[in-house]
Amino acid sequence: MSAQIPEVRSTEELREKWNKPEVISGSEILLRSLVLEGVDTVFGYPGGAVLYIYDALHGFTDFKHILTRHEQGAIHAADGYARASGKAGVCIATSGPGATNLVTGIATAFMDSVPLVVITGNVFSSLIGTDAFQEADITGITMPITKHSYLVRDVEDLPRVIHEAFHIANTGRKGPVLVDIPKDVSAAKTLFTPVTTVNLRGYNPRTVPNKLQLDKLVRAIAVAERPIIIAGGGVIYSGAHEAMFEFVKKTEIPITTTLLGLGCFPSAEDLWMGMPGMHGTYTANNAIQQCDLLINIGARFDDRVTGKLDGFAPKAKIVHIDIDPAEIGKNVSPDIPIVGDVKTVLEMLNPEVGRATKADAWRKTIAQWKQDQPLRYKDSETELKPQWVIEMINETTKGEAIVTTDVGQHQMWAAQYYKFNKPRSWITSGGLGTMGFGFPSAIGAQMAFPERLVVSINGDGGMQMCSQELAICAINNIPVKIVVINNQVLGMVRQWQNLIYEKRYSYTDLGGSPDFVKLAEAYGVKGLRATNKAEANAAWQEALETPGPVLVEFVVPKDENVYPMVTQGSTIDNMLMGDE
Amino acid sequence: MKHTIAVLVNDQPGVLQRVSGLFGRRGFNIESITVGQSEEVGLSRMVIVTLGDQSTLEQIEKQLYKLIDVIKVVDLGSRPMVARELALIKVKSEPAERPEIMGVIETFRASVVDIGSTSLLVQAVGDTQKIDAMIELLKPYGIKELSRTGVTAMIRGNG
Ligand SMILES: Cc1ncc(C[n+]2csc(CCOP(=O)(O)OP(=O)(O)O)c2C)c(N)n1
Repeated sequence: MSAQIPEVRSTEELREKWNKPEVISGSEILLRSLVLEGVDTVFGYPGGAVLYIYDALHGFTDFKHILTRHEQGAIHAADGYARASGKAGVCIATSGPGATNLVTGIATAFMDSVPLVVITGNVFSSLIGTDAFQEADITGITMPITKHSYLVRDVEDLPRVIHEAFHIANTGRKGPVLVDIPKDVSAAKTLFTPVTTVNLRGYNPRTVPNKLQLDKLVRAIAVAERPIIIAGGGVIYSGAHEAMFEFVKKTEIPITTTLLGLGCFPSAEDLWMGMPGMHGTYTANNAIQQCDLLINIGARFDDRVTGKLDGFAPKAKIVHIDIDPAEIGKNVSPDIPIVGDVKTVLEMLNPEVGRATKADAWRKTIAQWKQDQPLRYKDSETELKPQWVIEMINETTKGEAIVTTDVGQHQMWAAQYYKFNKPRSWITSGGLGTMGFGFPSAIGAQMAFPERLVVSINGDGGMQMCSQELAICAINNIPVKIVVINNQVLGMVRQWQNLIYEKRYSYTDLGGSPDFVKLAEAYGVKGLRATNKAEANAAWQEALETPGPVLVEFVVPKDENVYPMVTQGSTIDNMLMGDE
Repeated sequence: MKHTIAVLVNDQPGVLQRVSGLFGRRGFNIESITVGQSEEVGLSRMVIVTLGDQSTLEQIEKQLYKLIDVIKVVDLGSRPMVARELALIKVKSEPAERPEIMGVIETFRASVVDIGSTSLLVQAVGDTQKIDAMIELLKPYGIKELSRTGVTAMIRGNG
């Protein structure tokens, strides 16, 4: 069931072809530069300011271009592509409304350190600043949510700028880079010579850590009685999962993985404690509060993880390993700060560390907590429970699928009940919590891995934020399995209303949602619906067996809450555990 | 606590916006900011006076370094430095008051750069406290217009 998308030629051949200096237009320079950066897929939407670029794209087959139905779909797809593949995602939009439609997606990628190169057209240079038709100061608008940005004033700069953009996006702490190209620059011709070096004086990400700090950590592990690890997205982004596994195996330190860190350590391992934080496990949250050594690896002490900051890990000596020096001491001030690339750090540490020998009693306590307080929910024989649906998906895919989610209760249930074993198999908007992300990001992930099973789990609310992209699944036969957990409400917001706003359900009842099965079919995507376990099993099986995209709607009750839950403003060991 | 930091940046369009925008969105305070050419072609030096505790200052430095166009950040406060600003003050003065006002101006080693029929334009250079003090003394005569540049600064000696 691979996607029916035109094949591209090998980069080697292209290199030879494209490396020849030649007089060409800015638009052609852009396309060649993208090819030379190894780009194989671009998501985009045309318009006046990018007409020269789209003209150059006419008949161009050296990478795939996917025409989405909304710029937001394009950028979330590029983001999903990047998170799944580890390569920078690329999208193109026109000036003004095209560019501003990208803003949410850029912010989403920025918060989660996802490498993107975002190309926008702009009005003619001579019109910039005049409120010209479809003009927006997109570099100005996106300054706080990009790692860096360029407004290209001269076609001569274009090869260098594109090369720098990829370099910046994909090194150090990764992130989105915006390149804004005025229409006259994409039209202008010049002699193109590929750029292969970067010279950025102000940009030298430090990857190799300070050895003295590593020694301190090695000694701290040897004497710790209650050590734990919090591992985050940084482990995945730096490709450190194998080094991480070795580190945990050698030290036998219990590990919790944040929402973005899920998959960086196999969930079946005894030492894994689940996810920490607001909807974290009893075990992870209590372990954080009681540990005497907390080793944070590539996570940023987000407030959804720490809960109330003063009172967080009160007994712990804190170690923070991060590529971004600005993360160290931003929220929690560490006793042992380690600036460096997580993979480099762990590879340097692994030969030096041994088993944390004083922590046997602690390991027993944690095993006991895991046993006494597992994640749980009240199942039903008459209704479909959302947690059960996730468990069913997990069982049938054996943790092998790439799972993307939208934002809400279904996202937390997926994080809790899907068992991740591999990095880059879990794609979710963590930092920004962007509804509308789940479905288009799955399209991007599927483009990166046409042969893998990609499952996109969405709420009935968020599915309606980018449902128009069903069209591109149908047209390109992108075989994403789209799950809609339909609880008829904006579940996560309703949960807060239930628990904190005295059941005043203000505007969280969606009422009038479309018939999701018909919606899918209207776009040419197969649609299925399930309202009980038997139907769910059958529909899901059919979805898996059907080549091409399928949407499956699971109708679930609206009153289910996500537990455990830490309410805002409390320390994370103050958990509401639910009814049972 | 007040801190004075010097930031060496690429002389790129938008770089002032990047730096000031960073202060704004991270909730750092800017008391004054000055920008101008530096000793090297293509680089500008900004001098920023900001308020905050030591850990805020540390965050400011680290966040500034994340900007691709920032080459170097120096905390001037941690070393002996010379910090100066320029103020232009248009003060009301009937001819009869002039000698008295001139007395104030001379004490502060400021100078008169223009004389109108009922006003004097005073130019003062010095550290912030000196200029504050002078303004205080000129206030009773009536300040019609005041413009200060904000601080620019440099480390003393050969360093
Ligand atoms: C773009 C955007 N708007 C609003 C929110 C606030 N929000 C967070 S969760 C949620 C409810 C999501 O409802 P649904 O998609 O039905 O998923 P469920 O929680 O029911 O699983 C809302 C509105 C958001 N995260 N993103």
